[in-house]
Amino acid sequence: MNAPLAPPPARGCRDTPVLKERGQREVFCGLTGIIWLHRKMQDAFFLVVGSRTCAHLLQSAAGVMIFAEPRFGTAILEEKDLAGLADANDELDREVARLIARRPDIRQLFLVGSCPSEVIKLDLARAAERLSVAHAPHVRVLAYSGSGIETTFTQGEDACLAAMVPTLPATDAPGLLVVGALPDVVEDQMRALLAALGIASVATLPARRADALPAVGPQTRVLLAQPFLGDTLAALERRGAVHLPAPFPFGEEGTTRWLAAAAAAFDVPAERFAAATDAPRARARKAVAAAAAPLAGRSVFFFPDSQLEVPLARFLARECAMQPIEVGTPYLHGAILGPDLDLLPEGPALSEGQDVDRQLDRARAARPDLTVCGLGLANPLEAEGLATKWAIELVFSPVHFYEQAGDLAALFARPLRRRAALGALRGQPEAGDPA
Amino acid sequence: MKLALWTYEGPPHVGAMRVATGMQGLHYVLHAPQGDTYADLLFTMIERRGARPPVTYTTFQARDLGSDTARLFKDACAEAHARFRPEALIVGASCTAELIQDDPGGLAEALGLPVPVIPLELPSYQRKENFGADETFLQIVRALARPAARTPEPSCNILGPTGLGFRHRDDVAEIAGLLREMGVAVNVAAPMGARPSDIARMGAAWFNVLLYPETGESAARWCERELGQPWTRTVPIGVGATRAFIAEVQRLAGATAEPDASRLRLPWWSSSVDSTYLTGKRVFVFGDATHAMAAARVARDEIGFEVVGLGCYNREFARPMRTLARELGLEALVTDDYLEVEAAIAALQPELILGTQMERHIGKRLGIPCAVISAPVHVQDFPARHSPQMGFEGANVLFDTWIHPLVMGLEEHLLHMFREDFEFHDAAGPSHHAAHAVPLARAAAAPPPAAGAGSIPGPAAPPEMPPEVSPEPEPAPRGPAEVVWLADAETELRKIPFFVRGKARRNTEIFARDRGIARIGIDTLYEAKAHYAR
Repeated sequence: MNAPLAPPPARGCRDTPVLKERGQREVFCGLTGIIWLHRKMQDAFFLVVGSRTCAHLLQSAAGVMIFAEPRFGTAILEEKDLAGLADANDELDREVARLIARRPDIRQLFLVGSCPSEVIKLDLARAAERLSVAHAPHVRVLAYSGSGIETTFTQGEDACLAAMVPTLPATDAPGLLVVGALPDVVEDQMRALLAALGIASVATLPARRADALPAVGPQTRVLLAQPFLGDTLAALERRGAVHLPAPFPFGEEGTTRWLAAAAAAFDVPAERFAAATDAPRARARKAVAAAAAPLAGRSVFFFPDSQLEVPLARFLARECAMQPIEVGTPYLHGAILGPDLDLLPEGPALSEGQDVDRQLDRARAARPDLTVCGLGLANPLEAEGLATKWAIELVFSPVHFYEQAGDLAALFARPLRRRAALGALRGQPEAGDPA
Repeated sequence: MKLALWTYEGPPHVGAMRVATGMQGLHYVLHAPQGDTYADLLFTMIERRGARPPVTYTTFQARDLGSDTARLFKDACAEAHARFRPEALIVGASCTAELIQDDPGGLAEALGLPVPVIPLELPSYQRKENFGADETFLQIVRALARPAARTPEPSCNILGPTGLGFRHRDDVAEIAGLLREMGVAVNVAAPMGARPSDIARMGAAWFNVLLYPETGESAARWCERELGQPWTRTVPIGVGATRAFIAEVQRLAGATAEPDASRLRLPWWSSSVDSTYLTGKRVFVFGDATHAMAAARVARDEIGFEVVGLGCYNREFARPMRTLARELGLEALVTDDYLEVEAAIAALQPELILGTQMERHIGKRLGIPCAVISAPVHVQDFPARHSPQMGFEGANVLFDTWIHPLVMGLEEHLLHMFREDFEFHDAAGPSHHAAHAVPLARAAAAPPPAAGAGSIPGPAAPPEMPPEVSPEPEPAPRGPAEVVWLADAETELRKIPFFVRGKARRNTEIFARDRGIARIGIDTLYEAKAHYAR
């Protein structure tokens, strides 16, 4: 039998005042979610209706991963599309027809709105209805916005999943719905854990294929696998589903408490819970202990990126003995993050939104041992002598649940191990002028 | 509306960023929504820059659209000036801000800042990255450069190098050295490395050296007209072009000093016997027009390849590209659609591709080696070592980089001699380049991949991971279904070295189909070989 979970801290961060910033933001827009969503939904195509900038963003965020003809693309608006919306709709219909003809493997098509399509008020929801009729039953067409004026990075997944909710079949059967795209290997581990608890009916949103969509109804209990899914949760609640608040499944503690929320809702006996979780809990603790040694007692500063910041700070503080200085997040959803805020010991500043130059000033003053930030800031901060962790890797890598707990700690530890390994060899970039 | 899956060029404001980031003491205030800041990572990650690009984005959101985005721009502009104290500002809009028509130029001017404010008009829905860089540099030069007394000794400006440019850092160092040996001083190199105050004194140079027409030609033409500075027409990539460039500089400078050519090795490396095996290798060349045209000349005249395809992605240079292609007996491929480029390469089955990172991926899929000669750039294109494309050392670099992906002469000979030896079996591949060995060797046996990109295996690679470590799909199945290979012919085919087997299979199938032969036997294979023999 494992040791019981550590008690929550005397004072958590739920009541910590939040610094709200509205200056320059150094974050991705919601289009970036396409990079992992298209991997998850294997018969879906994501068609951004936008500009050359959108296409360039996707290409840059994906590295230059040209494997084959990718399952995402950009319908680039041109001068004549801006002149008349009727023509733009005709053009869109033509491009979609051409795409579907060339790609018979595609069963779901997402029209993804962008900043320019929103500004010219191109109604993609109506276009999706029209195109769904035209291409039924083979292809279902949905629309959502990944525009930077409305969504920040991971909110693109939220918008995508929320757009799918009205299309889900209805059910009155009880069941657990886990919401949020996870790598397949992680999803399989999660299903095995829930099966071991004896929870028979487990569905996921998004599903891997269009014909495996989950059903939803008043007996549906929802666990979020990702914290950035507020709109999707609200849409599911409108369908009668009930949210199970829980800390997010990062680390041994987060995973155990997340599973415990499911166990409580489905009346899983304590012995069964222990039988299912004892061994993986022990493994996870051992793996975290092995990886987290360089982190103990070190300070950490989060720039806003994915909305994963609060649960990750909780993991680092509670399981890796780190001291968060500032936890910045693009958007702080109190109801969803409440359980994590309760566990995050009082101390760090919480900030929402961004004014990047001011936040950089704060980070420079605090001199954290580790700074978690985006790719645009990482090398400049390294050049100033601060160790950094690319935030985006935390979104793209498998980090959820017990078997990844050690990997998650290792991701944070690697920059510090690398510094130690290089010792006195501190490289400096060629002289530049930061004007 | 045009569907794009992958693009060769970014939007024009990214071109402006390449100019701003290359320069010092200049700041760019860009009216743009949040998300457009992704462009910073191109510079900090790909180029490994240790400072953020000097760009302030207004990052407006939906809620700002209803209120006052103009106010937001003015505040951002004033704050950027106060924080960074640049010598000059450039201001403009990205694609979305262009639609809301806030007039960044007028708003910035109204602030009455104590430094020059240069407005940029970059039509996002018509033009692309190279145009953006060229136009931005032109506007900066127009705003700041003034006629000046010429330097007493011969001098020139170097025009065109930018941030995120393909080997610009090393080319500038190489060409500046060459000029120095000729007794020509570099007055200003711009935009990369220059401050606004340096631009102001460009007029003192006798003439301009234009290294990158894509990003500097408009400025060179303006300087010719307004400052009376002639400019060099030859881009010194390759031995012949470097010599022509030297002659051009000598004429413009009235200088007679000859640069030191003793470090030039390409001519002997190309003449030595190991290179015999390079003779007539079929190469496909694609990139920006300047690099692609230069590469085609070097490939033909200095390495002895046969150029079987040539093209560029920037339409602005279609005319000289088409002229050169005609000279080579080809029709130029001018397109920014990489699927068209891929189709052309698949049809031509060249033995080597000289292309961009896009063609490198196409080559990996088709099992054809590729050397990169042009932007768009990748982290690999910023090596730690000095690795120019231009000048004498640049010619040496071209020889090495283009030849290394190929099987070396003596090695090819040995592979052929010992092709049935157990240690020279197919899967072993050339010792130095195993990555290309596997796809072709497996191609014949591989089942057809699932239609379309559903065949992408494995999880998404993290961003910026070098593509080499990403999972590779199986190559497309070869040959039409109606032609059948008899067992003995299939066995014989396997005796052919793997690096030419794809071509042999394809040629044999074309030969058979043309003659209505449905079953390929050993005789068909050798008849086809004789038919295609050079």
